[in-house]
Amino acid sequence: MTVSVRVIPCLDVDAGRVVKGVNFQGLRDAGDPVELAARYDAEGCDELTFLDVSASSGGRETMVDVVRRTAEQVFVPLTVGGGVRSTDDVDRLLRAGADKVGVNTAAIARPELVAEIADRFGSQVLVLSVDARRVTGDTRTESGFEVTTHGGRRGTGIDAVAWAERAAALGAGEILLNSMDADGTKDGFDLEMLREVRSRVHVPLIASGGAGKPDDFVEAARAGADAVLAASVFHFGQLTVGQVKDAMRGAGLEVR
Amino acid sequence: MNARPVRPARDDRPDVVVLDYGFGNVRSAVRALERVGAQVELTADRERALEADGLVVPGVGAFAACMAGLRAVRGDQVVGRRLAGGRPVLGICVGMQVMFAHGVEHGVDTAGLGEWDGVVERLDAPVVPHMGWSTVEAPAGTRLFAGVEHERFYFVHSYAAQAFTQGHDDAATPRFTPPLVTWAHHGTPEHGARFVAAVEDGPLAATQFHPEKSGDAGATLLENWVTSL
Repeated sequence: MTVSVRVIPCLDVDAGRVVKGVNFQGLRDAGDPVELAARYDAEGCDELTFLDVSASSGGRETMVDVVRRTAEQVFVPLTVGGGVRSTDDVDRLLRAGADKVGVNTAAIARPELVAEIADRFGSQVLVLSVDARRVTGDTRTESGFEVTTHGGRRGTGIDAVAWAERAAALGAGEILLNSMDADGTKDGFDLEMLREVRSRVHVPLIASGGAGKPDDFVEAARAGADAVLAASVFHFGQLTVGQVKDAMRGAGLEVR
Repeated sequence: MNARPVRPARDDRPDVVVLDYGFGNVRSAVRALERVGAQVELTADRERALEADGLVVPGVGAFAACMAGLRAVRGDQVVGRRLAGGRPVLGICVGMQVMFAHGVEHGVDTAGLGEWDGVVERLDAPVVPHMGWSTVEAPAGTRLFAGVEHERFYFVHSYAAQAFTQGHDDAATPRFTPPLVTWAHHGTPEHGARFVAAVEDGPLAATQFHPEKSGDAGATLLENWVTSL
């Protein structure tokens, strides 16, 4: 393969401000998503993701402005997810300068949304985000993984691997697979789940949840991830994009 | 690595029109061109598109939809007239694909602008779309890739021209300068596709990747084009 493994920092944005800790030297304002995006761009990230966690519609309007200002000065691809429910929501974000849009809960409730977005804007703009976990209790799915909602707090009983496969068939151009079990643990990505999805889905696959050390990213790529996404290890300054890429390069993986 | 400074405005900046026909992340293209010193206008106005020093044809999504959008603003005529007069045109992504004779998507064959022979078809590789940063094989003598021959560029596409035949192979009308074709590869050696990543053909240049999203390497490529205007 000549395409390199993408390293993608993810920023949670609430009403125009980055939430969760951010610890960069020399930043005027660690809460400004535009400034942070430019910082990651300068560090050599291959792509950026903003996750809009605003609860209010006012917060969503602010997000459009954040995207517009980011696109003014960041020249790597920008994905924006969170609260996207309709093709009009997608249109607004793309017009503001987003390159891709992440869709999650709304597509679980109404899978046709995936096809509607792909038909209107093309598959390449649509990242289907899947918050998945291992089934527990009485829940059973064929793969042993289920889709969750509400930040992993609610199970749906939907088979996560089958859902990713179906979404790709409906027109999702990429799958962001977020392990709710691994999320926040820093114990590494859920490699078994990645392998399972990789074996059944033939669109690009982004690994998310559990990144702790540089080797974790290497293992995710070896398990079949085309891209690796992380938030807190970058924000708290535990790892730089460069360190992750050095580890991948050292392991013989293609990096930019 | 420091972010490339944005150039201050100058009166003698090359005048570039980005064709606004409803396809493509045009805002990024406009900003990236401004960043490398062009004076940029986003418009579908035919006269402006004809008279500008350079015309950029962006494009994202489906081949057939882009062609319909182009024809709706008479972009097909604008491109044809500009090239006939030797005036520079840069196609990006689907804006490059439409320069070929045909595009086949979902079994539907759509006529392109036909500046080059050949057909744009779905890539056959283990993972499609081809999404991400890939290396290219730029030919000797390239002006577009000067200084960035060995860099990676950002691609996102499922379709590509996988062969390039010169449209003017008639011995009676040889081209003085044959087109320079840059290639890229997606997939594995066993299961992958070689495809056209860029073409430099007199006044017509085009890239399958997105220079406006390709960081500093993309900026250099755009600067190479803008300074040639």
